[in-house]
Amino acid sequence: MIEQSVLEEVLGVAMRTGGEFAEVFAEDRRNASAVLDDGRVEELTSGRDRGAGIRVVVGETTGFAHTADLSEAGLIAAAQAAAAAARGGGGGTNVVALHRGSASRGYDIETFPGDVPKARKVELLTRADEAARSVGDAISQVSVSYGDNRRRILVANSDGVFVEDDTVRTFFAVSCVATGDTGMQTGRESVGHTIGFELFDMYDIDQLARNAADRAITKLAARPAPSGQMPVVIGSGGGGVLFHEACGHGLEADLVSKGASVFRGRVGQQVASKGVTVVDDGTMTREWGNIAIDDEGNPAQRNVLIEDGILTDYMWDHLRARKEGRRSSGNGRRQSYQNLPMVRMTNTYLLAGEEDPESIIASTPKGVYVKHLGGGQVNTATGDFVFGMTEAYLIEDGKVTEPLREGNLIGNGPEVLQRIDALGNDFAMGPPGTCGKDGQGVPVGDGVPTLRVSSLTIGGTAA
Amino acid sequence: MSDELLAIADRVVAMAKPGEQIEAVVVRGTETEIRVFGGDVESLSSAQSQGVGIRVVVDGRQGFAYAGSLDESAIAETLADARDNVSFATFDEFAGLAEPDGMAVPVLDLHRDALVSFETSDKIAMAIELERIVMAADPRISGIESAEYADSISEAAIATSTGIRTVGSETSCFVATYAMAADGDETQTGFGFSVGREPSDLDPSRAALEAASRATRMLGAVQPPSGRLTVVLDPWVTAQFLGILGYTLDGESVLKGRSLFADRLGESVGSSLLTLIDDPTDVRSFTATDADGEGLAARRNVLIENGVLQQFVHNAYSARRAGTVSTGNAVRGFKSTPSVGCLSVSLVPGNSDPAALIAGIDDGVLVQEVSGLHSGVNPVSGDFSTGAEGLRIRNGELAEPVREFTIASTLQKMLRDVQAVGNDLEFLPMNASGVSLVVADLTVSGS
Repeated sequence: MIEQSVLEEVLGVAMRTGGEFAEVFAEDRRNASAVLDDGRVEELTSGRDRGAGIRVVVGETTGFAHTADLSEAGLIAAAQAAAAAARGGGGGTNVVALHRGSASRGYDIETFPGDVPKARKVELLTRADEAARSVGDAISQVSVSYGDNRRRILVANSDGVFVEDDTVRTFFAVSCVATGDTGMQTGRESVGHTIGFELFDMYDIDQLARNAADRAITKLAARPAPSGQMPVVIGSGGGGVLFHEACGHGLEADLVSKGASVFRGRVGQQVASKGVTVVDDGTMTREWGNIAIDDEGNPAQRNVLIEDGILTDYMWDHLRARKEGRRSSGNGRRQSYQNLPMVRMTNTYLLAGEEDPESIIASTPKGVYVKHLGGGQVNTATGDFVFGMTEAYLIEDGKVTEPLREGNLIGNGPEVLQRIDALGNDFAMGPPGTCGKDGQGVPVGDGVPTLRVSSLTIGGTAA
Repeated sequence: MSDELLAIADRVVAMAKPGEQIEAVVVRGTETEIRVFGGDVESLSSAQSQGVGIRVVVDGRQGFAYAGSLDESAIAETLADARDNVSFATFDEFAGLAEPDGMAVPVLDLHRDALVSFETSDKIAMAIELERIVMAADPRISGIESAEYADSISEAAIATSTGIRTVGSETSCFVATYAMAADGDETQTGFGFSVGREPSDLDPSRAALEAASRATRMLGAVQPPSGRLTVVLDPWVTAQFLGILGYTLDGESVLKGRSLFADRLGESVGSSLLTLIDDPTDVRSFTATDADGEGLAARRNVLIENGVLQQFVHNAYSARRAGTVSTGNAVRGFKSTPSVGCLSVSLVPGNSDPAALIAGIDDGVLVQEVSGLHSGVNPVSGDFSTGAEGLRIRNGELAEPVREFTIASTLQKMLRDVQAVGNDLEFLPMNASGVSLVVADLTVSGS
């Protein structure tokens, strides 16, 4: 994307005013999307974003500037702006010598989506629309979206790092509205992987659409969710967001170092029930949160955060790791070249236990079974978090019974981790997610086996 | 400067072939964001960005493409992509660009040179002062999660082959901080902000003290028992609620059968105390604008008047399909085609100050923060459930802090259950303004 000699020159300029660390992050991203709604293919969109972000660190201060101009002159102007923003006081010359590294993700794209005719993508939309509508007359509206992107990045920094990567992601989602005597309800299914158009060899799009339609129709008969505390069983693959919110964000070193995490100072302590092992793993080939290198040029890693209930480590980016005199854990990510990187999750999951999932439900006299969670949100300083249930049922006498309307569940991270009292042997990854932090969204994955939390507060309206 | 953008848009539009409609949206912005920590600058980002979005409509089919660049070659590639995308869309007799509607784009005071000339060193000083005031506000303040100053200067030009040519320039700035208060092992947080169009609009002291007060007053919070209570939503929370309500009133949701108010025009949908307006021409609003995303004049629309549903909002497409006219509510960035949405929604304030509202409640909760609006609120079904924290109200007075509970109802029921609207209109860093709002009979789920 940019010549090595130009990068060395630019980094030299960035360091000239006393910078201790300088970095060029260049990105060339192509997006394609297609949307079918209300029975019509509304539009195809193509987009391209290309540019570079340059940061300069002086002491505790980071200066950052970005530019869409990847010429030598454009990059040097951005480097000067970033250096000025970092208020470097020193002088002299800095020579930066780059050593080209390689990024490997152990997966070769079979079919680049950019090579697939647009008509083929449109055909998927209409097929899913027809399949969803065929489920029943109650399906009153269907929206289908397809998306792919190819993101080429280059990272070069004053430590000599010089590495490039090329990532392809493909995504498909179906959303349905069902209408009945009780009003309207919604059902959604989505799939997304860090792979090419072969996504559609992995999934049966018709089935996916029918599942979304079924979910909406099922909820027409749903009763209001209960209000108050009770045991909650979370379904395999559907509930990884629980750990993303309950502990994931609280284990991000930038928040920990500001004292904005309930998990600060707790490494080595028992923070979760025995048997609970939580991992953040950027190396999971094909998964939505898969990366070969992070957006600071560090190789992706498999990081064990909690092992058998004991907090083992936080997640790190370059800046926080440098301060602590340790290595980054490969968790420095950013939305685009226009943003500074920070500590972010990749694929976050809970390892399977040994119990039969059926018996976990059977041994729950009264509670809620959440098959699919929606998004969530956490206040890392207090540990309080919420997550939505998009498909949930009542458990009565050890059996899954009536469907429940949507609502949030609320809990406190450190407390909920200690209340996990059953872990199934049926681990699965969940649907693709977008994690938001400080206004930046990045693709993340999550996964869980069936599990039970002995008590959570369910935010419904029924007594 | 904006004339340069309009010239680019004009050049794209001039390339329209016979039978082809073209719309070009050209934007450029300068943004500065300064985060401070421990009395020093943690990060300073300063950047210019630009982009172009091109929409092409031929014989009832629409294609779109964008690029984050204003290079001639990027624009040519974008136009070619948009044209290529046209052929894959389904024919839609209502597809088409906006047409001039005779309403003059209002002249609003949205661009302030005082922001353009505001020195970086002064921005840094303001952010550091913000943090300093938070830290000095109370001995229980243990730190800040964030303290920042941010501003933007944005220009946009829209031109179409149907005769629309609009340019605008807007400045905005804000300071915002999350404060942390600690007592032993317990930490609580509180948010404070101040928004404006130029530096003199900002009040960092008020933002800092608000954040500190919100954090410290939560110390010792307990989980409240479950029950049905009267709830006071503070302006910050009300604004987020109105943002969701706005979705149910957008003409596209109505046409596509996703609005729970689709068949309710002219009917009472809520308490007679409620008058909901969308007014992007109020320059005090953070998202005020002179024109919508299709270049039509922004205007004040009354959506609900004294509880009666008056109208939905539309862009050119949804209006054409609904057999009406655009209300100037096209919403977009340069990376997408226009959707429909409220631009700056607000309740007309009532007469009571917040203290008087609280004085009238025997047993209730003041909610100062909600979480999980995106996961627990479904604007299609109306199901409403969010995490919440705030202060208990007993015998007309604020009492102990409460946390780790949810409030739940349905959007339909909440509108009917509104008991009072406060007079404390606040402008927030979002597309909705807030007032204190008293809502009866919400289900509180706690211990």
